[in-house]
Amino acid sequence: MIETGFTLSWIDYTVMIVYFAFVLGIGWALKRYMKDANAFLEAGRSMPAWVAGLAFISTNLGALEVMGMTGSGAKYGMLTTHFYWIGAIPAMVFLALFMMPFYYGSKARSVPEYLKLRYDEKTRGLNAILFAVMTILASGISMYALAILMEKVLGWNFHLSLVLSAAIVLGYTYLGGLSSAIYNEVLQFFIIVIGLLPIVLLCMKDLGGWSGLEQQLAPIVSNMSPHKYAPDTWTTTWKYTGSAAANPLGVEWYGIAAGLGFVLSFGYWCTNFLIVQRAMSAESATAARNTPLIGAIPKMFIPFLIIVPGIAALVLLNKHGSGFTLPEISPGHYNYDYTIIALLKQYLPAGVLGLGITALLASFMSGMAGNVSAFNTVWTYDIYQSYIRPVTDDKEGDSQHYLKVGRMATIFGVIVSIAAAYLASLFGNIMDFLQTIFSMINAPLFAVIFLGMFWKRTTGHAAFTGLLAGFVIALLHHGLTVPEGAATLVKGGWIANLHTYPVEMAQNFWTAIFAFTTSAVVTVVLSLLTKQQKTDEDLKGLVYSLTPRMGVEQVPWYQRSTTLAILVLSIGTVLTIWFW
Amino acid sequence: MGIDIKFPIGLMFSILGLLLTIFGLITSSDTVMYTRSLGINVNLWSGMGMLTFGLLMLFLAWRSKKPK
Repeated sequence: MIETGFTLSWIDYTVMIVYFAFVLGIGWALKRYMKDANAFLEAGRSMPAWVAGLAFISTNLGALEVMGMTGSGAKYGMLTTHFYWIGAIPAMVFLALFMMPFYYGSKARSVPEYLKLRYDEKTRGLNAILFAVMTILASGISMYALAILMEKVLGWNFHLSLVLSAAIVLGYTYLGGLSSAIYNEVLQFFIIVIGLLPIVLLCMKDLGGWSGLEQQLAPIVSNMSPHKYAPDTWTTTWKYTGSAAANPLGVEWYGIAAGLGFVLSFGYWCTNFLIVQRAMSAESATAARNTPLIGAIPKMFIPFLIIVPGIAALVLLNKHGSGFTLPEISPGHYNYDYTIIALLKQYLPAGVLGLGITALLASFMSGMAGNVSAFNTVWTYDIYQSYIRPVTDDKEGDSQHYLKVGRMATIFGVIVSIAAAYLASLFGNIMDFLQTIFSMINAPLFAVIFLGMFWKRTTGHAAFTGLLAGFVIALLHHGLTVPEGAATLVKGGWIANLHTYPVEMAQNFWTAIFAFTTSAVVTVVLSLLTKQQKTDEDLKGLVYSLTPRMGVEQVPWYQRSTTLAILVLSIGTVLTIWFW
Repeated sequence: MGIDIKFPIGLMFSILGLLLTIFGLITSSDTVMYTRSLGINVNLWSGMGMLTFGLLMLFLAWRSKKPK
């Protein structure tokens, strides 16, 4: 065990057992409602907005996010909130107001299917296959990270942790399908918030509140050689983004606004089926539009739960006699990924410690189950139904057949995830590399979907070529540039080294900007040069200009999407100004 | 879809809250145990908070089941 390891007592294990009993119990309770493929793979389009909204945000709150962002809090301070505010909120509002009416109203059952309806089969096929591989990779890496954490921190057997976590995820997703995954994501959201809240309150009390934190942070930040950071760099968000050298992110304001705030965030939140699927399961068009907006409210406050403790950890690490320590990668260089674990050990006694560990386990499992449930939908509808066994005249027989296939896909997805987890344990760098490569499709995909929704002239051939061109440019940019201090080719420069970025994040932002721009330009130019195969009638409900406007929503004013969007943007603006 | 999720959420947090509250009361005289949490009986406070949240969710689940 590493020095952040600890032992759990009977009360901690009891908390864990109660939680997992409820997780499996929800799957069991839903089993009898899984009568057809629609119920299993689409949750029967019956989710209330608040359930879909919390699941929407919980899917994104995986453990790699919780652990990684707490570590980023220590490394970059409040600058990390860019991933939660400008890097999420505008995209979520845009998705709600402008894109959900088309995703939901077109009756597409997945994002790849929307591409089929709007463009053609080859564009859908490319997206479906890349997405299916990406979800399995992500699920496997999440499973591997969970098992390695359990082994290092709790001393559990690696193989046992892997198989046990896979069995629990398989249990509740096989029994209750997407409904079970969504309901458990809501449960996981509450357990993550309640499990981590004591740490925030205790470390704030320990350091004398926010003002105490600022005072103790100033000398630490000022003395970070060789950098010359201003004392309040860690507690502000935009103040020092005038130049890349003045802030620890190593990115200037334009890179943050265009790279993260536009391309990366819109590419992730508006086109990633793993996320959008939660909104597509909502019970009505209004609920589907409100889903991202309801999710946006907790999203804005999550930094106070996971980034602020990370900043506090930096103070504790430099505070004589605090007893706080992190594992060292090399002398003086800490492994910040273990920040949340070290804080659990620092502050929580038996009992709430079990709650904190359960919160971490829950976040790992929500990431896995989300990926598996998105995989089985895309596999069943976009790959199996399209290329292996198309629909027949027997509607009832088809529904039962695809329900069976969906269940088999769940088992297959979990088994392949286990294989991916073992591959990650043997070739960790290669798996990281593959995940980086596959995630490069997000930015060009957003360009293609955005143009398809708002410009009726966009053609299928142009979209397919634009998608590929953006993907190739992203690969080339990654292969020709490296972040400073990169130890392996996984981080870039695997073709040649033409440019060095100060940090990996800057490289990611610019990869996305180049990919999006290329994809958009190629799609527009080729659309003007190729013939539109679809008639205006074909594109009704899929393109903004050809779809009749929705009237005023038949719900009270406070439940209308525009009201919620104004509320979300107002809170986001206040928080941004407050921590400017 | 079938079940009202407020019910299992309420039931789970009520059970966990009750468990931690009782554990907090049993260990309330164990000053060594709570040294790391700055002398605060964090089990008791967390337990009571979770119990309140759990009961609130159960109440909301019961209220939404009542015929209007």
